[in-house]
Amino acid sequence: MGDILLLLIVLGITFMTGTIIEKRHFENIKKREIALIKKPIINFGAKTWHTNRKIKSIQLVTGECVISGDYFKNFVASLKSFFGGRLTTFESVLDRGRREAILRMREKARGANFIINTRIESVMINDTYNPQESVPQCAIIAYGTAITYE
Amino acid sequence: MILTNIESVPGMVITAQYGLVTGSTVRAKNAIKDFGAGLKNMVGGELKSYTELLSEAREEAIHRMQQQAQMMGANAVINVRLATSSVTVGAAEVYAYGTAVKVAPKG
Repeated sequence: MGDILLLLIVLGITFMTGTIIEKRHFENIKKREIALIKKPIINFGAKTWHTNRKIKSIQLVTGECVISGDYFKNFVASLKSFFGGRLTTFESVLDRGRREAILRMREKARGANFIINTRIESVMINDTYNPQESVPQCAIIAYGTAITYE
Repeated sequence: MILTNIESVPGMVITAQYGLVTGSTVRAKNAIKDFGAGLKNMVGGELKSYTELLSEAREEAIHRMQQQAQMMGANAVINVRLATSSVTVGAAEVYAYGTAVKVAPKG
């Protein structure tokens, strides 16, 4: 009985904290994305991009983010995976992480005209020996080539 | 040193190629930060100390790759790729690789 009560308390607390943190993070991301809307355009392929203009600088830019789910999300996902279907609790976590990493990369290349050939690399860094118990953590690196015209 | 992750350096021509250069690093934070990250993991959100760790690891891997390219006499590395893998809990591996080349301005 005590165990169930403890579990419910932990679930309640992590649900609250997780929701608040996620909401704040999404608001923050949206604000920054709007601020950057006319700033460097990303995602030109390496072969499709071409210019005849003079180039001032070429630079590799990167953005990193390590994002983690919470205990509540993990619990819901483990129940949900029994029946299958979309694990919405993790979708939002990974979405946040990727957008954050891309934003950080773009913020580093503020003065640039383009960021081309953007790539996103991610890896799960949670406890692989005990996958059932551990909450997923995802390390994400976004990188691309920033090009500035003269 | 110029780094790009495309197959050329725009506005320049490649005059010599030196082949593949690589740099890798495995780094970990201290036990206190690991404990803090473990707590943060329960409540959710970004793990700032691990983000820091990842960015340090990326810097070091790219630096090692650059050193290798410099030793060969190259002045640019093209087609740079970054790869990450999980070694153990609380550690980050970043592996950077690319082609070392010598470039000269066009014309």
